[in-house]
Amino acid sequence: MIVNQFLVLAALLFSIGIYGVLIRRNAVLVLLSVELMLTAVNINFVAFGAFLQDELIAGQVFALFVIAVAAAEVGIGLAIVVLIFRNRSSANIDELDLLKW
Amino acid sequence: MTYLATSLLLYAEEGAEHALELSDGGLLAEWAWLIPIVPLVLMFAIVFVGKRLPQKGWELAEFSMLFVAVYGVALFVANANGGIHYEGSIEIARIGSLVLEWGWVVDGLSIMMYAVVGVVGLAVFTYAKGYMEGDIRFTWFFASFTLFAGAMLVLVSAPNLVQLIVGWELVGVASYLLIGHWWEDHENNAAAIKAFITNKVADVGLIIGVIIIGVTIGSFRFSDVLEAIANADSGLIQVAFWAGLMLFIGAMGKSAQFPFHVWLPDAMAGPTPVSSLMHAATMVTAGVYLLGRMFPLYQNELFAVDVKTIIIIVGALTLFLTGLIALVQDDIKKVLAYSTLSQLGYMTVAMGAGAYTAGLFHLFTHAFFKGLLFLAAGSVIHAVHSNNMSDMGGLRKFMPSTYWTFLIGSLALAGIFPLAGFWSKDEILDSISQDAGAGGGLVASVVLVVAIAGAFITAFYMARAVYLTFYGEYKGEGQPHESPKIMTYPLIGLAALSAVAGFANMPGIFTGFTDWVGARIIVMGDHHAEAINFLLAGAGLAAAAAGIAIGTRLWRGDRDTQAARDTFRIPVLYPLLERKYYIDDFYLRGIVNTTKGPIARAIDWSNTYVLDGVVNGVGAGAGFMAKIVYGGIDQRGIDLAINAAAAATGEAGEQLRYTTTGRVQQYAWALFAGTILLVVGFLIFN
Amino acid sequence: MEFSDWITDARNIVFLVIAIAIVGSAIRVVTSPNLVHAALMLVVALGGSAALFLMLGAEFVAWTVVLVYIGAVIVLFLFGIMITRAPTGRDSVQLDHERRWPAALVALATFVTIAWATTDSFGVKTISEGVVRAEDIGSVLFTRYVIPFEAVSFVLLAALIGGIVLARKDPEQ
Repeated sequence: MIVNQFLVLAALLFSIGIYGVLIRRNAVLVLLSVELMLTAVNINFVAFGAFLQDELIAGQVFALFVIAVAAAEVGIGLAIVVLIFRNRSSANIDELDLLKW
Repeated sequence: MTYLATSLLLYAEEGAEHALELSDGGLLAEWAWLIPIVPLVLMFAIVFVGKRLPQKGWELAEFSMLFVAVYGVALFVANANGGIHYEGSIEIARIGSLVLEWGWVVDGLSIMMYAVVGVVGLAVFTYAKGYMEGDIRFTWFFASFTLFAGAMLVLVSAPNLVQLIVGWELVGVASYLLIGHWWEDHENNAAAIKAFITNKVADVGLIIGVIIIGVTIGSFRFSDVLEAIANADSGLIQVAFWAGLMLFIGAMGKSAQFPFHVWLPDAMAGPTPVSSLMHAATMVTAGVYLLGRMFPLYQNELFAVDVKTIIIIVGALTLFLTGLIALVQDDIKKVLAYSTLSQLGYMTVAMGAGAYTAGLFHLFTHAFFKGLLFLAAGSVIHAVHSNNMSDMGGLRKFMPSTYWTFLIGSLALAGIFPLAGFWSKDEILDSISQDAGAGGGLVASVVLVVAIAGAFITAFYMARAVYLTFYGEYKGEGQPHESPKIMTYPLIGLAALSAVAGFANMPGIFTGFTDWVGARIIVMGDHHAEAINFLLAGAGLAAAAAGIAIGTRLWRGDRDTQAARDTFRIPVLYPLLERKYYIDDFYLRGIVNTTKGPIARAIDWSNTYVLDGVVNGVGAGAGFMAKIVYGGIDQRGIDLAINAAAAATGEAGEQLRYTTTGRVQQYAWALFAGTILLVVGFLIFN
Repeated sequence: MEFSDWITDARNIVFLVIAIAIVGSAIRVVTSPNLVHAALMLVVALGGSAALFLMLGAEFVAWTVVLVYIGAVIVLFLFGIMITRAPTGRDSVQLDHERRWPAALVALATFVTIAWATTDSFGVKTISEGVVRAEDIGSVLFTRYVIPFEAVSFVLLAALIGGIVLARKDPEQ
């Protein structure tokens, strides 16, 4: 296995995640796409970790951290979405433009 | 404090006969700084507490004079025993390389002055208590008088030219205050101002002279100046003529030489004690003192020898012309004033003839008999309540003490043997003749003749004064009475001194005064008489006797009125004398009125139109420029640019704000796009 | 290494299969008109990534992904989806923006940039075999990475509290 195959795959996933973040109108789906990006990052980390075979096992450890932080972030993000939904009974991001000019 | 070498032997070109061993005067000289300080301090005491004292401040003034007299005489005696030279000083300030010092000189010349100021001052202060009794400003009078005494002592104890000027100006102030003592009368004010301003005009010369010397040598100290002269300092040689001339002009003002003599007769408006002490004995002698201090400058061939001719001519003019005016005065004080001017002329002539000893000796004796004459005249005025001799006559019966003392003073002044004036006048005549032989040439010879003529005139007008005042019948009202003892005792004392002071310097017999006054670091090798020149002495005596004789003829007899007695008039001469040669008129019309009138108006015009015009023009111009800068440049140029920049920014912001849509996904898009661009950029350029 | 060498390696074939699965499900995540389908497709993508981790010798990470991500996060998402919409069903028109090409452009640019960068850097370097034991991860985590570990636990605590505070009903009511 060459390392590049994982990296390209991760890049592809990342790009798809970006696409999703940018075009989805439902807040939850945006968060979902963010998760996709984070997954891509994880693959990247672990691939590098396996490539380097370092003493500190940095790749896998950071992947674990990413997972933990992603979980926290999803929790808060969804809490915010729920609050917004309570206020406006809609999860449409386009309507959240109060900081408009 | 600086000490000079105790034993200084310096020879002037004249000769070495009087090389002296000079001691440093010991404790007496060390503490001599008290001499000017005590009167000045007591002056302040009189000002602050005088009114509350039993004698209203007079006791403080009298004490100060007593102190100075005792100290002065003590120093005089010590100096007579062996010459003293001491200079103490304290540095006050330093400006660059010029040092300002306050000090006190104790040498022959200064000691002589201390003694004179002290003794005559003591007599006058004592007299003044009686004379100024009940005066409206008794305390203030003595405060000013003490100020004067202190200032004069500052002047004569000065070791440097700057302190001399300080004392010089202070005596001028004191003179102004005292002449105008009775300022309720406007004339007294005018007289005081005239004295002050005439002196001030002459002081220009003094200050210029001091500056020239100080800058050339780099120091104002007398010892440094005299040393530079002894060392033939080349810088000083070049400026010496002008320095000497300028200093002499300053001396002319204070010592009232022609044409600066005009203030002295008018100064008689002040109280008589003032006239006696200041305008006869001390203040007016300050000029002669200065010439004595700077004597080597005028003696030395390389330096200001040429000024001597000017000095002697000025002195001779003063001597003769003012003596003539005394002949036509009715006011007894004016007679004495012109007499003082004439005698000052003698002293100046002596200095101009290179006769250091003679000039100072005449100063010495003159202080006594002229001081006496003024006090006696004051006594007469006090009794008669009038200054004019036309109100007097026959006072010999009523005021014997005054009469005898006045007579002794007059005889001394006329130069009758063996009174003081004879010896000092003879010394002067001798010196002039020596100068005529030595280098003065024709000028000195003419001056000699003038001086002898002056002796005649002196005796002439004094005889007139004595006869008109004390002989004949009293033409006034009531009975005049003798003055109180406090006034007559000083008269007697001064009369005694007038009688014996001459014995201090009898050529060939006892020339103590020459030695005493020559106790300085540079020996004043001067023309002084080695032995009595009988020819000259005889000539002087004969002239005086002639004056007395003719005077007796003319004025001894009595008439119905004083005016009838005083009928001797030389046709053209006397009116000219009465108008004082029209000099005062010339000064008033020519100088004063021109300055007050046209010149002042011209200056006012130029000030208003030219100076103020320039200033206003500059102001207006600045205002105009400001308007241009503000309107054109600032508002239209700079502000425009700034406002445009601000407007552009605002417009840009106005347009750019439409990018804040509030939509997160658009922001995210921008973020990603920007990041990718940056990454690409880094990849390409790295 | 030539492509023929690469393709004949069995592991690479497995990789390829899994990769296709992941990419396909990822595309479905971002394009599906159905919310729940999108979430479930993410499950597939995550599962695929876990399989890749296993291939790379990161067993612990793989099982963590399954447990935490699939087990908890996706469930959370499903809850979130349920709470935040009234009807289930198709609402495709409302789910995506009209103009999709700027996003596609950026996504493409991103992919091209990263892929080119990595290919340029790593070329054909191979990964060596090797399984990392959980024991090793644990020991290094609690010794060398103890501080980040503690920090992350604070983050989780904060998220926990924050989530509760944010999502609860107002106290007055």
